[in-house]
Amino acid sequence: MPTTAPHALSDVTASDSTLRRFLHGLPGVDAVGLEARAASLGTRSIKTTAKAYAIDLAISMVDLTTLEGADTPGKVRALGAKAVRPDPTDRSAPATAAVCVYPDMVATAKEAVAGSTVKVASVATAFPAGRAPLSVKLADVREAVAAGADEIDMVIDRGAFLAGNYMKVYDEITAVKEACGTDARLKVIFETGELSTYDNIRRASWLGMLAGADFIKTSTGKVAVNATPANTLLMLEAVRDFRAQTGIQVGVKPAGGIRTSKDAIKFLVLVNETAGEDWLDNHWFRFGASSLLNDLLLQRQKLATGRYSGPDYVTVD
Amino acid sequence: MSDKNEKTEKNERLSVFKTYKLYVGGKFPRSESGRVYEVTDAKGKWLANAPQSSRKDARDAVVAARKAFGAWSGATAYNRGQILYRIAEMLEGRRDQYVREVGEAEGLSRSKAAAQVDAAVDRWVWYAGWTDKIAQVVGGGNPVAGPFFNLSSPEPTGVVTVLAPQESSFLGLVSVVAPVIATGNTAVVIASERAPLPALSLGEVLATSDLPGGVVNILSGRTAEIAAPLAAHQDVNAIDLAGADEALAKELEIAAADNLKRVLRPQPVDDWADAPGTDRMTAFLETKTVWHPTGSLGASGSSY
Amino acid sequence: MAPVFDYAPAPESRSVVDIAPSYGLFIDGEFTEAAGGKVFKTVSPSSEEVLSEVAEASEEDVDRAVRAARKAFEKWSALPGSERAKYLFRIARIIQERSRELAVLETLDNGKPIRETRDADLPLVAAHFFYYAGWADKLEHAGYGANPRPLGVAGQVIPWNFPLLMLAWKIAPALATGNTVVLKPAETTPLSALFFADICRQAGLPKGVVNIVTGDGRAGAALVAHPDVNKVAFTGSTAVGKEIARTVAGTRKKLTLELGGKGANIVFDDAPIDQAVEGIVNGIFFNQGQVCCAGSRLLVQESIHDELLDSLKRRLSTLRLGDPLDKNTDIGAINSAEQLARITALAEQGEAEGAERWSPACDLPENGYWFAPTLFTNVTQAHTIARDEIFGPVLSVLTFRTPDEAVAKANNTPYGLSAGIWTEKGSRILAVANKLRAGVIWSNTFNKFDPTSPFGGYKESGFGREGGRHGLEAYLDV
Repeated sequence: MPTTAPHALSDVTASDSTLRRFLHGLPGVDAVGLEARAASLGTRSIKTTAKAYAIDLAISMVDLTTLEGADTPGKVRALGAKAVRPDPTDRSAPATAAVCVYPDMVATAKEAVAGSTVKVASVATAFPAGRAPLSVKLADVREAVAAGADEIDMVIDRGAFLAGNYMKVYDEITAVKEACGTDARLKVIFETGELSTYDNIRRASWLGMLAGADFIKTSTGKVAVNATPANTLLMLEAVRDFRAQTGIQVGVKPAGGIRTSKDAIKFLVLVNETAGEDWLDNHWFRFGASSLLNDLLLQRQKLATGRYSGPDYVTVD
Repeated sequence: MSDKNEKTEKNERLSVFKTYKLYVGGKFPRSESGRVYEVTDAKGKWLANAPQSSRKDARDAVVAARKAFGAWSGATAYNRGQILYRIAEMLEGRRDQYVREVGEAEGLSRSKAAAQVDAAVDRWVWYAGWTDKIAQVVGGGNPVAGPFFNLSSPEPTGVVTVLAPQESSFLGLVSVVAPVIATGNTAVVIASERAPLPALSLGEVLATSDLPGGVVNILSGRTAEIAAPLAAHQDVNAIDLAGADEALAKELEIAAADNLKRVLRPQPVDDWADAPGTDRMTAFLETKTVWHPTGSLGASGSSY
Repeated sequence: MAPVFDYAPAPESRSVVDIAPSYGLFIDGEFTEAAGGKVFKTVSPSSEEVLSEVAEASEEDVDRAVRAARKAFEKWSALPGSERAKYLFRIARIIQERSRELAVLETLDNGKPIRETRDADLPLVAAHFFYYAGWADKLEHAGYGANPRPLGVAGQVIPWNFPLLMLAWKIAPALATGNTVVLKPAETTPLSALFFADICRQAGLPKGVVNIVTGDGRAGAALVAHPDVNKVAFTGSTAVGKEIARTVAGTRKKLTLELGGKGANIVFDDAPIDQAVEGIVNGIFFNQGQVCCAGSRLLVQESIHDELLDSLKRRLSTLRLGDPLDKNTDIGAINSAEQLARITALAEQGEAEGAERWSPACDLPENGYWFAPTLFTNVTQAHTIARDEIFGPVLSVLTFRTPDEAVAKANNTPYGLSAGIWTEKGSRILAVANKLRAGVIWSNTFNKFDPTSPFGGYKESGFGREGGRHGLEAYLDV
């Protein structure tokens, strides 16, 4: 069994019972208070220079995503081109952080972004349900890494988590982490909509970080409720507290449901005021999104020209 | 004591006089001052010497009332109701004694005095039934506009000084004391100055009714002398001025402002036997509103 | 790309509000000069800019206002409740329509952040009028008898911390129950009440039903002492409240007082920590701590003291102090130079008595009245800053070991207005809430208000309740 580097909380995962006691001993979350705080940060008014900064930052944090059964090499190539140069009319627009695809599209994506800063992220571990034998999940990961994936977005076994089998979830994450090797960064998706309660999301966040996640990620985008300001705020509190205790910094990726620049900026405010500026970098914060990018570009054009832009002035994916 | 004297004349047996004492902290002390004053019947005939309480007696009564407050206000409303009903039972059993004392005190015929005592017994029964209902009548849930549940409940104010009515020595007294303690307050009662004996005797019933010592403390003496330190006392939370005249009421209300006591001003009362309503209870109740977040059951229901 | 996410200024536009150079008293439906022609200036606490000159009411003006209210009472109280309701609904709607204007005005005159006037004060003001509008024709169902009657003329004196909201708390129930009012706003924040007078005119409210007399404490004292006032309602300091109680002693005037507090915010070791930190911040820094129900004493279980304080200090470092009209400002100006002097003196006393003072790095603007968010640790019940109401952004942190000790310390004050309880254990919430001697208790939240909910204190925090069905009692002959 691979182990992560020893840190202040290494003992926590010594056994099933120590892990359970630790996770159940985390401070509770008051749902109303959490949502009120998220909503209150949502009222921050980001204007002019701050807005321009935020929009470019948000663009640079997008994991431009296509996860459809109908994905084709052509679609993935188009996505890659857009990730590298989001606004063909304005070369000052930053590239996105990554493209995010299924494992069988990694090689295509890799070619499409070659020579750029854009990473290729691959979902894996029988995404989105995660209901496959561990050997299949690990094979899924290894194939993706072998094909050149820079990042792996795995899903946790929500069934095991909800059944209280935390050690099983932990072991699976550590196994996937090992399969990622030293080059690929691991994002751990909790599917927060299925974990349902904020207490569960906080526990899952700590579980994922203890198991060696490089990123913790809200959701697959495939269920009814995906990233919300509240669950992202909660996960930002978790990475903040985890670093304070262990010295290890972990990234956060809200995914699904973030479609407008206004929403994205609200999330950046959450990052800024919760985890702090250390996380205001695409190495530590990402948006899992597809349609968001075009709205960011429209807003960017508006700021640059002073007039409202239209959908014909950004590219369709 | 008129019949006692008659017996003496008949040379049958010399009666035993009762020494009237204060009722403080469940005990029957004399005034620490050693003072007494003469109490007469309506026609001026000597009835007894009553203790003439001092400011120190008042102070002791407040200490006793404060000490009793936690347990009495913390008792279940059902338990308080049981005890108030027990007071009615005990009074009923000593009905004749009170009919005689009230008749002498207020110069009433036997039947009129009996009506007063009966009404007083019934009044205890009325308030006994209120202990576990008042919260439902004056409290309740508030439909706040947000993910919160909140509930307003009445709570007793604390230690209440009661100036019992001067004219109605027993029914009036019961009518002002029962509503104060029914809701969990404790009381320091100043009996009718002119006719304190029924009030002092009430202490004997209270002491045998499972009412914890200190819940009701009864002082006799000069109303103005005892009331002044009580109105100014920083550990008294409220004052009922039923037994104060206009000038005294104003003076006491001014003194009561020092720690913002709740003040129930003297109200005109035509007949103490009339149905009392809830006002005398609500005058010594605080409203506490407690908020709790509710929100949705889980994170999945929340999105902007 | 800038190295940090600095929020550029996002000021709310001042142009939505048009402040006249001078204002008169609002008596009998007309703006009039004070009898002696005296005026005083009202300034913006964040800049010390003079906003306007306002008439200073004399005893004679107060008398005129009371007579106008008395004259209006007969017809107003005889109106069917349903008609009074419609006037109040009109007022509520106009407040909603003009809420941005009123929010900006309030922020200018009071110094509190626009975020608060926009998101808290004004929505609550409108809601309060809506709530009591609905009672006007339902009073026989309120539990105060079959035909509860109004008292007559209500004399109302309100503070500067929530000028328009306190006006709403006073005027809405008074009018719903059929009383007429003479209201005196605070000397430092008269403007929103005068704008409200204009709203009364727009709503077509009969003359004399609402009268606004601006001035200082002398006008308030004259109003309270006026022999033809039937009801006195005051919100403000405990010292003035006691003076008013003495003034009305021996009269038939009905009195309600909403006074000071020294609220305990109790955090147990099993609290939802991140939300507790928010609640502590909201409890003492909302409106710069100039809130009677502020959670000015933090009682934290000793076992989590260090952890909680670390989180709290980190959170305080993100508070943004500055221009109250900037939509991103969390901490605005202190209302007046006098209040600032009082806060400053008490904080210095805290230091002198040995408590440890801490504030986040925070630049204070040059003009105006400012005080950085401040917390004191190593505070005990014996410290002045743990006993006196500071009415400013100053938190005193104390510790406790057991629930009993927490309750004992929380109750160890002459005040009894508010308290907070933070714990995930439901039974503990109920047990502790039961033992706290305070009128408003927030469990796992703080500083929440709603027109349906009675608000008011125990002990020296005053008596009577505002809000909800309970709030009607203060204005009815019951």
